Amino acid sequence: MTADEIKLAIIDILSDIAPDEDISDLKEDVAFRDQLELDSMDFLDIVMELRKRYRIQIPEEEYTELASMSSTVKYLEPRMRDVKQ
Amino acid sequence: MYDTIIIGAGMSGLAAGIRLAHFDQRVCILERHSAIGGLNSFYRLGRRNYDVGLHAVTNYAPKGTRRGPLARLLRQLRFAWDEFSLSPQVGSEIAFPGVRLRFSNDFGLFESEVVRHFPRQKDNFRRLVAELCDYDQLGRAGTGCSAREAVAQHIDDPLLVEMIFCPLLFYGGAREHDMEFGQFSIMFRSIFLEGLARPLVGVRLILKKLVQKFKALGGELRLRAGVERISVSNGSVDKVILDNGTELECRRVLSSAGWRETMRLCDEVNRPDEHPAGRLSFVESISILDAQPRVLGHDRTMVFYNDSDKFHYGKPDELADARSGVICSPNNFAYGQPLAEGVMRITALADYDRWAALDRQSYQLAKLRWYDRMVASAVRFVPDFRSAVVETDMFTPITIRRYTGHENGAVYGLPQKRYDGRTHLKNLYICGTDQGLVGIIGAIISGISIANRHLLEG
Repeated sequence: MTADEIKLAIIDILSDIAPDEDISDLKEDVAFRDQLELDSMDFLDIVMELRKRYRIQIPEEEYTELASMSSTVKYLEPRMRDVKQ
Repeated sequence: MYDTIIIGAGMSGLAAGIRLAHFDQRVCILERHSAIGGLNSFYRLGRRNYDVGLHAVTNYAPKGTRRGPLARLLRQLRFAWDEFSLSPQVGSEIAFPGVRLRFSNDFGLFESEVVRHFPRQKDNFRRLVAELCDYDQLGRAGTGCSAREAVAQHIDDPLLVEMIFCPLLFYGGAREHDMEFGQFSIMFRSIFLEGLARPLVGVRLILKKLVQKFKALGGELRLRAGVERISVSNGSVDKVILDNGTELECRRVLSSAGWRETMRLCDEVNRPDEHPAGRLSFVESISILDAQPRVLGHDRTMVFYNDSDKFHYGKPDELADARSGVICSPNNFAYGQPLAEGVMRITALADYDRWAALDRQSYQLAKLRWYDRMVASAVRFVPDFRSAVVETDMFTPITIRRYTGHENGAVYGLPQKRYDGRTHLKNLYICGTDQGLVGIIGAIISGISIANRHLLEG
């Protein structure tokens, strides 16, 4: 998957978790926590959705890499390069 | 082989089922009854739908709210806010002799009412609110600290103390007279700081949504599937045996049947009674009216009443206790359209043992007699609606026992909660009323949090 595809995948996961939010307005560099007020339960869900959909395992100590859209894409890009959509 | 078997298709079991099925577990929910819902069920009688169980959804938050229990559960279960169709209350009150404190989903009203009637307690009340806002949101602390003692550290007017405790005990008090401060904080926030709401068609709408989602995710729901026992070998559950003899193999079991009820299902040696059963049950009269309550001069959603300065929350000395109660009018929520008929529900404390000791005829007679006594007591606090009544029904601790399976018809379950949801077996967990969170939203959060904590790994 390319960086753009990963971004779309994350947007899809976020709109699934928070269907009432307008995800299209999401700012790349601002933390999800601040924009969407996601809590630790929600972060765990992003991790679990990635595992469910793309078989990507993210170790617990690296959850913090998923803070914002840009950091998430940067973190996932090398790990999802070989993943087919 | 199931990944998880869930006992009970109430709010907590269904919510846990959704979480597990969503993350690809093979899940089966077993429900003894032909209807789902447990404590929050419903029945049909004379072409009318009646709700059993809770009057309203607490923890209300308007659409767009991102914090708090309602927002959290919507995200966890992947629901849009609109799907629960919650309409907020129009306004409620706590009525004691000579003093009425109104409250609504705007906390400012309650605060101003407290200040107006108890001017000396103004700062004390604010300190109390500040303290309980800081208290652990999930209520896992379980310190065992008495709420009566904690509140008395701030508020020194005994009447105000009783008036604050009255709705909180009625809506979640598992033990007599007092509650744990953690539980008190959760209840206070859920009722006064967040607020009350209801879907136009009743709580069954939420149940329907939960079941639909669970099934759409591939979850299996078996009705009329009572569990006869939980088979244990080498310190863990290996299968569940149904009343009809069917054996179901599973990796894990999550039970919402209640702590003691679940322990009794385990087929090893008898475990000592670590936790005594709850003793508090309720009786409820339901009156169908030929007019909207508002037309009769009643425009409150809930009225929590007590006819003296001291509120007695305990097992009554007769079949029920008519001195205090909760009057709920399901009509008085801000729906887009009115309910078809006027309804008044009145709930009062009751004694399970006394109801259980009655023979069939005396039971029917007692229902009639207590309907009259409860309504007569309630109309001291709300306009007399008796001439508008076209149909009545009563549910008693016996009804509650039948729907929930809780010993003693104890609506709020064990006085001592099991916050971590663990049991003596490594793959058996509990959720629901006895895990610690009460109310509709509380029960759903209970199912979600126990599923997340113990059942989603691996």
